[in-house]
Formats: sequence, structure tokens, C-alpha cells
Amino acid sequence: MIPVHYYLILSAVMFITGVVGVLTRRNAIIIFMCIELMLNSVNLTFVAFSSYLGNEAGQMFVFFVMAVAAAEAAVGLAIVIALFRNKQTVNINEVNILKW
Amino acid sequence: MIEIIFNSIPSFWPEITMSLTFVVSMIVEFSIGRKEKSSTGMTTGLFVLAGFIITILQLPFQNPEPRLLFGTMYSVDPFAMFFKYLILATGIVIIVFSMQSAELRKQRAIGEFYSFIAAMTFGMMLMTGASHLLMIYLAIEVVSISSFILSGFSKSLHRSSEASLKYVLFGGAASGVMLYGMSLLYGLTGALDIFQIQAGLASGVFVPQEADFAVLMISIIMILVGFGYKISAVPFHFWTPDVYEGAPITVTAYLAVASKAAGFAIMIRFFYVTFFDSMVDIGKWVSLPHFEWNIVLAVLAVITMTLGNVVAVWQDNLKRMLAYSSIAHAGYILMGAVVMTDLGISAMLMYFVIYFFMNLGAFYVVMAVADRIGSEHIDDYRGLGKRAPIVSVGLSVFLVSLTGLPPLAGFIGKWMLFSAVVEANFIWLAIIGVINSAISLYYYARVFRNMYLREPLNGDTSPITFSPLVIVTTILFIVPNIIFGLYFGPLVSYAQHSVRIFLP
Repeated sequence: MIPVHYYLILSAVMFITGVVGVLTRRNAIIIFMCIELMLNSVNLTFVAFSSYLGNEAGQMFVFFVMAVAAAEAAVGLAIVIALFRNKQTVNINEVNILKW
Repeated sequence: MIEIIFNSIPSFWPEITMSLTFVVSMIVEFSIGRKEKSSTGMTTGLFVLAGFIITILQLPFQNPEPRLLFGTMYSVDPFAMFFKYLILATGIVIIVFSMQSAELRKQRAIGEFYSFIAAMTFGMMLMTGASHLLMIYLAIEVVSISSFILSGFSKSLHRSSEASLKYVLFGGAASGVMLYGMSLLYGLTGALDIFQIQAGLASGVFVPQEADFAVLMISIIMILVGFGYKISAVPFHFWTPDVYEGAPITVTAYLAVASKAAGFAIMIRFFYVTFFDSMVDIGKWVSLPHFEWNIVLAVLAVITMTLGNVVAVWQDNLKRMLAYSSIAHAGYILMGAVVMTDLGISAMLMYFVIYFFMNLGAFYVVMAVADRIGSEHIDDYRGLGKRAPIVSVGLSVFLVSLTGLPPLAGFIGKWMLFSAVVEANFIWLAIIGVINSAISLYYYARVFRNMYLREPLNGDTSPITFSPLVIVTTILFIVPNIIFGLYFGPLVSYAQHSVRIFLP
């Protein structure tokens, strides 16, 4: 039996990787991947706590997070395509007509 | 289990009607060919409008006694009811505005626009009553995803797709952070519905200098990020000006009024239920005696209104200026959340009603003028006072009301908020609020100066004629701004009646 804090440390590392990626990467697609990484670390935390506490509610939550993440990715990629058609780039540094 | 669902459905009809409106209009839109779409858009719009009206007519029959639906998923109480009326009224106004907007008339698949308005409204209705972390998350995501789509609706416009890309990246990151906070809270309390979380927090002893306490702080700050993103509080506001400028203007107005109200509704309910104990002393954050949460919210309110007002000073695009002014207003409204007494919450509710009239009016005039002169730039408003007198008077009334000067409605709203804050001994907060109102007068006055004291840039002084519909709509929004400034008794009593939040 692996103790719960192993999972929590792993998920915290995944989450921080995701946050750092969102803050430092400039490619919109890679930022989406980092957001997915954050959501997956959330799923890992929920499942770990769920099995630790003996309470199924956390596992139920995970299914909803996965479904919503898929919907969000679909909309996000559609928006990236719409932007690419207008601008021929997915680099968010070049997406800058709106500022301050 | 199945009986719980069947017993809940009779009190859930307004939400069911709204979701049916979305689903049916979407299926109809899918079945229409590409060529016919441009001509059927208005029909879909009228269908969605009818759905909204039926929903709002059903609201009085939703059980007026506070109760829970579907286990602990969803609360029905006067507080949620108040926000549902506000959101549906905003939705109806927005659909009517969208039918008049020239910017949207050019779009090919305009019928889908109205479907997504219905989807977003459905999500916001769920946000007002969500009392389970899963429901809170799902409701916020329904609103977010449909507003991503709506803000990028003018696909061929560069600024619109840029706005929606920024929105989707920021929204995804914010909801990820909020979810991580929720998972930590689940681990600490072993529960997902906010009533059991409250019980867990009240019974578990969270002492400072212990690891549990630090985790609890982190998790609640992370959840606050998610709410802060929805109400566009600084420092989670970065998407707001870009999205408000890039999105079609009716969507901007919807985000600024209804989406913000729903965000506040969910935030008030979450903090009120988890941190307060109705048995002890309303106004004290009982569940966490060692930590001054109201100071955190007070600081958030101060930086939100100050940054919103200061940055608005050098905006030249009127839509963007209204975006920063709406950030500043989120700051004012947050002052009520600092207090969290019945007085503070009723002041917030009242502010939302007044904000509805003044902000929607301002956005409507900006939209009508942009449809005629093709610009939202402040220099193009020069000489508007002579060229379009009624519309200019309207814009002046709305902006003065937004500043909060008597005798208009905005003054009453601010006065109630400030007096609630002073009552709770946060005098410094009220002073900062008053200073901020003074700053806001400066940038609103730039608009008055351009409209009345300056000649048009290219010397074009020909009058701009507006259709009677625009004139009538403007006047319809001016009237409540004046009436609620002088006769606000019923509003106060309705807000006080609506403070009741369901507690087990």
C-alpha cells in the first residue's frame, strides 16, 4: 500500500509544472497542454484522497473534470484555428493588438 | 434516491425550460442548411427570447421557502431567486440589443449566437444556487465555455478571435487553479457539499503554525482565484479589458452585468455558508477564527477599484474604458463582501439592480453610436452633444450615475455600500471608496467634455439621426436611473427580503 502523500507530492509536482508552463510558454497549443496537466494533477489528487478517505465522491468528480476538460479543449482549439486563419501564428507574443 | 430527483423536479422548472430552450434552438440550427442560416437567425432569436420570457414567468412558482434540490446539489432560496430575476432580465435586454446590433447582423450563423446566450444563462442560473463543489465547478464551466464562444463570435475580426483566445487560456488556467483548491479542501474535510465542509471546518481544529492550516489557506486562496476570475477582481482581471474590447458589444454588456452578478452570487454563497455560523454571530468568520479573511477581501477590493479607476483614466476606446470601470465596480461591490452582514449583502444586491440600469444603458448608447459612426474611439464622440442630443444626454446620465453623483441611482447604490462598510468599522475602506469615485469622475468627464465642449475632428456637424427605437430604448434606461435615485424604498425592502441564504 503506497501512502497517500506520495500521490499528493506527485500531483503537486504535476500542478506546478503546469502552472510554470502556462506562465512561461508562448505557444498557445503548449499552454493548452499545460492546462490539461493542471487538470490531470487535480484528478490525481481527487482519486488519491478518495481512496484514502474511503469516500467515492472524489472519483465521481474526476469523471466530470475529464468531460469538461475535453469540451474546453475542443472550444479552445477551435478558437486557435480561427485565430490562425486571421493571423497565421499561434504564438501569443504576436497576438497583441489589444493591450492596456 | 430516485424519489429525491422526482421531488426536486417541480422546483426546477425554470432551469429545465432554459436548458430546453438551448437544446431545441441548437438542434434547429444544426438542421438548417448553410445558405438559409442568415435568414432564419431572427426566428431563432425570437424563439430564445420566448424561452427567456417563459422562464422568468415560471420563477415565482419556484418554491419560495429555502430548500435543497437533488440531495445537496442545488439550493433554492430568495437569494438565488433575486439573482435569477436579475440574470434573466439582463438576458432579455441583451437579446433585444443583439437584434438591433449592426455588428452582429453581418454574422452568418447569428441563430447560434442566441442559442449560446441561452446556454450561458442556464449556467448562470445554476451558479446562483450551486451548493456543492461539483455543481459550482460545472456551473462556472458552462458559463465560461459558452462565453469563450460568444466573445469570439465575429470570427473574421482579428480582435475578436484574439480576445477569445486570451479568454480561453486565462479561463482554463483559472479553473485549473480553482479545482486544485477544491481537491485540497475535499482532502481536508472529506466532503464536497458546502454544508458538510462547513461542519468539517467547524469541528476540525485548524491551528496556525500547523501544516493543515497552511493547506487550508492555500486551498481557499486557490478557490478565490476561480471566483476572482469570474468577477474580474484584480489581480485576476487580465482577461477583462481585452475580452470586453474584442467581443461583440452585446456580449461585453452581458459579461459585465450578468456574468459578474453570477460570480458574486456563487462567491457570497460559498463564503457565507462555509465560514459563517448562523447560530453564533453573523458577520464573524467563525469557522476560521485565527485568520482575518475580511482583511484579505478588503485588500482585494481596494486594489481592484483603484487599479480599475486609475487605468481607465488613459483609455481612448470607450468600450475598453467601460471595461476598466466595470473592474472598478467589482471592487466597490466587493466591499459588501468584506462585511458579509445582512446589511452588506443587501447593499450588494441593491447595487446590482442599479448597476444593471446604468451599465446596460451606457453599453447600449456606445453600441448605437458605433453602429452609426463606426467607431468607439473617444475622439469620435467630439461634438456628439449637438449632433445627437438625446443619445448624448442618455450617455451623460448613465456615466454620472456610474460615478455615483446624486440625485441619480448610482449614488444610492454607493451610499448603501459605504454605509454598510462604515457600520462594520471599516472606515478606511469607505474613504478609499470615496476617493475612487472622485477619480472615476475624471475619466467620465473626458467623455462629457468631448461630447459638449469640443468641435468634431473633421468639422462634420451634420446631425446623426437615430431610429425611434434607439431613442425610446435610451429613454427607457434613463427613467429608472432617475427614479431609483429619488424613490428607492421598494428596492431596499426587496434587497433586504432577498438576503436569506439557505442554511441547514
